[in-house]
Amino acid sequence: MEALGIWNYWGVVLLMMVGLYTVIARDHLVKKLIGLGIFQVAVILFYVSMGKVTGGTPPIIPEGADGSEVYSNPLPHVLMLTAIVVGVATLAVGLALVVRIREAYGTVEEDELQRMNRSGS
Amino acid sequence: MSEHLSALIVVLPLLAAPVCLLLKQPRMVRAWTSIVAWACLVMAWTLLERVHAEGVITYSMGGWDPPLGIEYRLDALNAYLLVIVTGIASVVFPSGAILTDTSLPEGKSHLYFAALLLCLAGLLGISSTGDLFNVFVFVEITSLSSYTLISLGKNRQALTAAFSYLVMGTIGGTFLLVGIGFLYQVTGTLNMQDLALRLPELLGSRTILAGFAFLMVGGSIKLAVFPLHQWLPNAYTHAPAAVSAFIAATATKVSYYLLARIIFTIFGAAFVFDALHLHWLLLPLAIAAMFAGSLAAVFQTDLKRLLAYSSIAQIGYMTLGLCMASETGLTGGIVHLFNHALMKGGLFLAVACVVMRTGSSSVSAISGLGRKMPLTMAAIVVGGLSLIGVPGTAGFISKWYLVVGALEKGWYAVSVLILLSSLIAVVYVWRLVETIFFGDPEHEVCEVPWTSWLPTWILIGATLVFGFWTDVTVGGASAAARSLLGVAP
Repeated sequence: MEALGIWNYWGVVLLMMVGLYTVIARDHLVKKLIGLGIFQVAVILFYVSMGKVTGGTPPIIPEGADGSEVYSNPLPHVLMLTAIVVGVATLAVGLALVVRIREAYGTVEEDELQRMNRSGS
Repeated sequence: MSEHLSALIVVLPLLAAPVCLLLKQPRMVRAWTSIVAWACLVMAWTLLERVHAEGVITYSMGGWDPPLGIEYRLDALNAYLLVIVTGIASVVFPSGAILTDTSLPEGKSHLYFAALLLCLAGLLGISSTGDLFNVFVFVEITSLSSYTLISLGKNRQALTAAFSYLVMGTIGGTFLLVGIGFLYQVTGTLNMQDLALRLPELLGSRTILAGFAFLMVGGSIKLAVFPLHQWLPNAYTHAPAAVSAFIAATATKVSYYLLARIIFTIFGAAFVFDALHLHWLLLPLAIAAMFAGSLAAVFQTDLKRLLAYSSIAQIGYMTLGLCMASETGLTGGIVHLFNHALMKGGLFLAVACVVMRTGSSSVSAISGLGRKMPLTMAAIVVGGLSLIGVPGTAGFISKWYLVVGALEKGWYAVSVLILLSSLIAVVYVWRLVETIFFGDPEHEVCEVPWTSWLPTWILIGATLVFGFWTDVTVGGASAAARSLLGVAP
């Protein structure tokens, strides 16, 4: 039962593997980027669920607080703001590259790109 | 002012990058990038002197004390690395060959220089921060700007090379993030020194082991440790030659630093090598890299690809120094960091000169150029000799320390293998020498202007100087090795 109690981590692992599998198995470059996005989102969920404390409130001290309030850890959430920005930036650079690859090769399928690269030119 | 140096050295290139977009004039942007790089070099040198004189320099970002705030912490290793990175940048950025081999449209070169400065800022950030999450952020800044730089290569293959580097690099970066998350979950801190204090009692925990594995794999992808090196040859081959010179000489060095920091400062050599026996995994991989990289280099027909494969072999030597976890071994690894940065930077710049004149980077392009481009060709030969490790060049010094380190450990077979793999380097360097001096010239060319050959020769000349005068390189490296191992200097 203990293993089921940490269902949030199971979700994270599942998403991570879905993302990684998509990156490896798909030939279409945009699909690869989608996989990469899912992979990164899994890590973001991992951090967010790590910061949650059972019964915790948002980390804002109310008026007349006596110090006994339970609140969620804000730090992982803040870290993930940065990681989301990094993820978006990576996706943007990746998509820009896909656009240029499409202009230069006329295709975004990896196996065709490899064939064209091998045949020289 | 001077107490803020360790933060300024990162902030300056970061803020200088957007200024490039405002300047726009190609000449002014070039001058500006070079001045920024030189200013960083001066700061790095001042910091190194201060670390050697006064010991560790700590700096609390924004006045928030660690472990709550972000700490910048410079010891002998960080400061040494800062000097390498800024030194290479301040030679490569002003080089006349910096724009050869790129597919930049007219009037867009300021964006290219902005990306170079961002890459420099990221590398300096990784090297000076003492906060693990901060490391991740700077790793991504470096990676994102290097994907852009690599995609600017002349051939369209540069685009696919940059894309596969992007996929591999992002997976590596995300692995680092997962590893950092695991460590934070158990210890509740991101500060490296604080982690090092809290980890020893928790080392048996499976979360920590998983976190360590994620950090090592993520770092190894960035360092291109064999067999995670697949992205490297294509990226270096198709990137503009000057970008290859900068990235080959700095990015892998900084990743090496990151791995060393994770192993020695955060987890401690006792845990990694005595309890986990990591060297029994890394050592065969390092030796495989030494042989596979050098052998692959022998059969390459493109100069940049040849140098890229030789880089994989050289990364093997550095990893070998890491595995020894002794003062001599680590000194060898760290000195090789320095020397390899000089020779690979110089060699790639020489290739940039070749591309500038012949328009091609294939081995046949340099055929018979020994008389036509004497300075560039001499640089390639001297750099090649240094790759082999011929006495009198810097490469000899680092290999000497590695062999002595292996003998001290009693790994006799390893020291023989180091020498054997150097013999393979003789083969590919000899191929170049033969083509240069005994081939028939294919191109009617003349020597490149001094703005291009001078930077090449500064780096190549430095490999000769540091082949004899080892006070700075070996002295700095052994201080760095001692600080990693926690031995009092």
